[in-house]
Amino acid sequence: MGKLAKSPWLLHYDGSSCNGCDIEVLACTTPVYDIERFGIINTGDPFQADILLITGGINSQSESVVKQIYSQMPNPKVVVAVGICACTGGIFKTCYNIKGGVDTVIPVDIYVPGCAARPQAIIDGVVKALALLEQKRADYAAQRRSAAQEGGIVRGADQ
Amino acid sequence: MAKRSIVPFGPQHPVFPEPVHLDLVLEDEVVVGAVPSIGFVHRGLEKLVETKDYKEYIYIAERVCGICSFGHGMGYCEAVERVMNIDVPPRAKYLRTIWMEMSRIHSHLLWLGLLADALGFESLFMQSWRLREKILDMFDLTTGGRVIFSVNTPGGVLKDVDAYMLHQLLQTIDEMEQDLRPVSDAFLREYTVGTRLHGLGVLKPEDAVQLGAVGPMLRASGVPYDARKLGYAAYGELAFEPIVLTDGDSYARCELRLQEIFQSFHLIRQAVAKLPNGPIAVPVKGNPDGEYFMRIEQPRGEAVYYVRANGTKFLDRFRLRTPTTSNIPPMLELLKGCQLADVPLLILTIDPCISCTER
Amino acid sequence: MEPINEIIPIEMDQFLSTVIQFKMDKMRLVQICASRLPAQYELSYCFARELDMWTLRLVVDEDTPVPSITQMYPCAFLQENETAELFGVKIQNIEHDYNSRLYRIDRETPFKEKG
Repeated sequence: MGKLAKSPWLLHYDGSSCNGCDIEVLACTTPVYDIERFGIINTGDPFQADILLITGGINSQSESVVKQIYSQMPNPKVVVAVGICACTGGIFKTCYNIKGGVDTVIPVDIYVPGCAARPQAIIDGVVKALALLEQKRADYAAQRRSAAQEGGIVRGADQ
Repeated sequence: MAKRSIVPFGPQHPVFPEPVHLDLVLEDEVVVGAVPSIGFVHRGLEKLVETKDYKEYIYIAERVCGICSFGHGMGYCEAVERVMNIDVPPRAKYLRTIWMEMSRIHSHLLWLGLLADALGFESLFMQSWRLREKILDMFDLTTGGRVIFSVNTPGGVLKDVDAYMLHQLLQTIDEMEQDLRPVSDAFLREYTVGTRLHGLGVLKPEDAVQLGAVGPMLRASGVPYDARKLGYAAYGELAFEPIVLTDGDSYARCELRLQEIFQSFHLIRQAVAKLPNGPIAVPVKGNPDGEYFMRIEQPRGEAVYYVRANGTKFLDRFRLRTPTTSNIPPMLELLKGCQLADVPLLILTIDPCISCTER
Repeated sequence: MEPINEIIPIEMDQFLSTVIQFKMDKMRLVQICASRLPAQYELSYCFARELDMWTLRLVVDEDTPVPSITQMYPCAFLQENETAELFGVKIQNIEHDYNSRLYRIDRETPFKEKG
């Protein structure tokens, strides 16, 4: 495991969730479930976050916010959709103000199902995200090395 | 003259798990006005009532909000039952009361944790949420869910409890009551907590009524209104008096919620002792026709459920006025004159639930 | 004794004076709600004092302007804006009028049409 996967920072945003998954995400960071034992810190700052946890489906208002938060996060980054609403739109899919799951606006790497997603499932998703984060970091470093060899560093080459 | 500036606040903010946005008008460091803009979690689920049948809609009603989930399900069912003149069996009424009070404990502990977090008091946050896990375990044992239970149905409840569950529940609340005392002391006697909360955001009783405040906001300002006194579910048969404090500041709101947790322990004990035997639901046949305004006391205050039916299986209208909708106007008044640094704390003391508000 | 929970049908010309009367009786605004009738809107304004609740029921045509009650009850602004935006009820002179930009939804007045 590389340095990044040992202490990734986590950012949580509520797309248009009913709070059920949000409080379970928070419950993950508190005693009993305690996600911090994996070296994870829950941060409020997108500029320092590695993993984005999104709960709830996307509506026309949260769309730009989610896109902005995603673009503010440094590469490499992993997006975890928590709960069935974030995965597909769930029970609210037919509502007039719901566009669908998070993957309608940004790429999602890990899907955690459940209504509400249980803390165990969320931890499982985050641990999977750690492995993916490490993989992405290696790919990103390799990409930058080869770009540097070809002459001149290309910033954000993976985008 | 002081310099005026407008500070955008939110929607993504470290203190709140939910998106809320305010444009704060500042004169130097002092807030002189606040304009809320909401809608980040608006789904439009009241509209779904036209395409889902009234028994199915209970699953949507419960998912208005994950924190007050049980209450929303119960409020919807009680409203439908009153439209259809259904007599719910007494055991179901008592079970609803027990689960409702457990919801209140979990919601208030959640709020206390968030308050401690907003104060930067990390260990108190963890302690509050550690206690909360115990009540969630009891939900898991009795209903099978941690935050969304799906135990309500028009005509009663879907799950019964046995003697073992009741024994575990009583034991757990005894333990929790003991564990809560030091936590409660930390909130009420700790010097730093006190200095942040005392005198912050004082809401006078007449303003509270005029601005439509409900729940702990109203009662912390000295107005003894608690919708549980209407006697829905089994509340009419239990002995309790609404807790009322008179200071009306953030400290009073914190103290009131702590006292309400102890009151809920007491109510659960009463309800378990009186729990009658018998069926947990009656079969519901036919379709509702008529309308009813149902009020219930959610952890955050009075919520209003309006059901209007037309004799078909699809309701004409379901409307939910949540406590936070009523508490936002007083909050905007309280924000005027406070320091910028106190804004997150003040917003938190109304216990905002945005996903309820926007539905 | 059962707490009062009754619906009082009211005409437009008595509406504001009744609201003022309620205000003088120190009643609390509980909620404002609209529902859709085939060609009309039905507005319900609930007021409460202690445990008793009275609901004023106003039936208006689609284009009839409805006066805002924010002059008497400033806290009504959120719910009036919501009613105007979701149903298209013409509520006039709201203090803090968001002009149908409260929820900023894509679809206009989604509750106006059934289904």
